[in-house]
Order: sequence, then structure tokens, then C-alpha cells
Amino acid sequence: MAGEIITIIVAGILTNNIVLNQSIGICPFLGVSKKINSSVGMGMAVTFVLAVSAVVCFFIYHYILVPLGMEYLQTITFILIIASLVQLLDIVLKKTSPALYTSLGVYLALITTNCAVLFTANYGITQQYDLLYTFVNAVCVGLGFTLALILMAGIRERLERADIPKLFRGFPIALIIAGIMSLAFTGFTGLSFGG
Amino acid sequence: MDAGKLKSAALSGILNNPVFVLVLGMCPTISQSTSVTNALGLGLATAFVLVFSNLFISLLRKVIPDKVRLPAYIVIIATFVTLVQMFITSFLPSLNDSIGAFIPLIVVNCIILGRAEAFASKNDVLSATVDGLSMGLGFVLSIVLLGAIRQALGAAGLTVFTKTAGGFIVLGFMMALFNALLGRYKEYRNGKLRALKREA
Repeated sequence: MAGEIITIIVAGILTNNIVLNQSIGICPFLGVSKKINSSVGMGMAVTFVLAVSAVVCFFIYHYILVPLGMEYLQTITFILIIASLVQLLDIVLKKTSPALYTSLGVYLALITTNCAVLFTANYGITQQYDLLYTFVNAVCVGLGFTLALILMAGIRERLERADIPKLFRGFPIALIIAGIMSLAFTGFTGLSFGG
Repeated sequence: MDAGKLKSAALSGILNNPVFVLVLGMCPTISQSTSVTNALGLGLATAFVLVFSNLFISLLRKVIPDKVRLPAYIVIIATFVTLVQMFITSFLPSLNDSIGAFIPLIVVNCIILGRAEAFASKNDVLSATVDGLSMGLGFVLSIVLLGAIRQALGAAGLTVFTKTAGGFIVLGFMMALFNALLGRYKEYRNGKLRALKREA
């Protein structure tokens, strides 16, 4: 049990990093990785939405969709849950903690279309995780996303001053850097704990 | 019907290529371009959803209230994704094993929502369908090309190119090359226009 949880944690953050090993959630990874500050905010917001939506989707799937035999509505239901959760979070944060709200800014609304959220909710269902595993997995996927985002932002802040060939400026060089980072992350593949 | 608008919608798949120029829909592009089969499967599934969601969103553009348009678009898109998912699980089980986990993610593919918001919600049914078809084929073309290069490099023994890392790197180089070619083409076209003006 404990061994399996450690495996999920290590896999989520390092060996199976959602961005660098599974290439999911690349749009915000490339879009919001220009400044370290904003990438920390985005990472935290994504981790929060990931954890809450995975748990809510778990309950809705196992206690509403399965008893009614409507598993085929999974995609539509999950995306609506995620979209309304993000909207709800937007309203709640605006009222309760304006400071956090302003620091997250537009990134909050963008989380709906972050495919890491939908993928993780679906993944928990297909792996038949129980509630605890679903939650731990979602938090670790979020932390892995944050880690990749912050590393990338650090490199890109330096890159601003580098002399890059004109053709590679902007997205092409960002993609190549992401490739090299991903290569470095494959080095973690050998890690295994308890599992 | 405005012929010029239709023509520009039809060419948008190349000149505004969703992958190389607009940089949308990166996740499936990289994760599913490990082989030509997967790339073609996911590309066609995405193109199908794009054409029909564009068609229906354009049909309903006067009915959907402005405030709830995004949830409405997402429900329309998710409906077609569910149809594709049902079709693939029942008729193409082997394809389902390799790309099954990525079919639901078509809902959050920014190309589809992007075209719905930027084009289909403002244009008539015919040009919205043509735009969907052209963008869809542009997406299929780029993902299959990427898949072919990665599969060939992988078969040559460079297995790193079939991993995520290789996907990022190949796409980076292809994007630079595509932008170089597109720049040349635009220069050539502008030059031709200037020459025409001078003659006149």
C-alpha cells in the first residue's frame, strides 16, 4: 500500500512527468513559461484544479454514471465538471482571497482547456484507482507539471539575452529546449521504489 | 456567396497551418506522432470533429446566447468526440488500444475551440465547413509528416526520436523550416504583386 503510493508519487513527479514524458499539457507549458513568477502561479492553480476535479469526477463517475449505466457520457460530463469547477474557483477566489486571484489572473480561466486535467481524471478511471490513489495521483501530476513549468521558465528567462538564429526565435527554440529537458528526464526512468 | 472568402478559408489550412503557424493543439501532435498509423488515426478523428463542430456551431450561431457560448461549444464538440470514440471502440479495436486514451482529449484540443470561436461563430455555414475541412486537413498533414519522420528515424535505430524528447526536437526543427518556406513564399507573392502593379 505505502509502496504503491510512493510509486505513484515518484511516477507523477519524475519518471512519468506529464509534460516531459507524456507530452500532455504542452500548450500552457509553452505559453505561460516566460516568467518564473507567473509559472509558479499557473502551476499552483493547475495542481489545485487537478486535485479537486479528479476527486469530483471520481464521485460522479462511480456514484452517478455507473449505477445509471451511462458510462458513455464520461467525456461530456467530465469536461462540464472541469469547466464549472474552474468557474466556481474563479468566483470563490475573487471573494475570499483577492491577492491570490490577481496573481493567478487569466491563467485560471485557461485551465479548462489544459488537457492534463481531463487526462488525469480519465486516467484515474481507467486505472481503477480508489479515492486515495486518485487524489495522490492528481496532486503529484500537478506538482510534476509545476516543476517542468518552473524549470522551463528559468531557462527561457536566460534565453532572452541569448543570440538565437532568426528562424528559431520563439516557439521552435522553446520546443527544442523542451526536447532536451525531456531527454534529461528520461534519466529518471530507472528509478523505482517499493513498487 | 463570397468567392474570395471561400478561397481564403480553403487555403487557411496551409497559410495559417494550425500546428506550424498558429501553434495550437501541440499535445496530440507530439504524443501521437510516434508512428504514421497513430498520427493518421488521431489526425482524421480530429478533422472529423472539427468539420462537424464548425458546421453545427455555424448553424446555431444566431441561437446560442453570447454569454453561454463557450459551454455550448464545448457540449457540441464533446458530442462529436463521443461519437468518434464509440465508432473507434466498436470498429477499430486495435487503433483504440494505441490511441484510445487520447480520443477524449480532442475535446480540449485548442484548434477546435479556437476555430469555433474565431471563425465558425461569425461566418456562414458553407465557409465554416470549408474552413473546418481545410484546417482539419492541415492538421492531418502536419501530424502525419511528423509521424513519418519520427518513425523513419526510429526505424533507423535512433529510438530516441520515437520518445517524447524526439517529438519536441523534430517539431522544433520542422516549425523553423516551415516558417522559412512560408516566408519565402510570401516574399515571392508580394514581389509578384509589385511587378503586376508596375506593369499596370
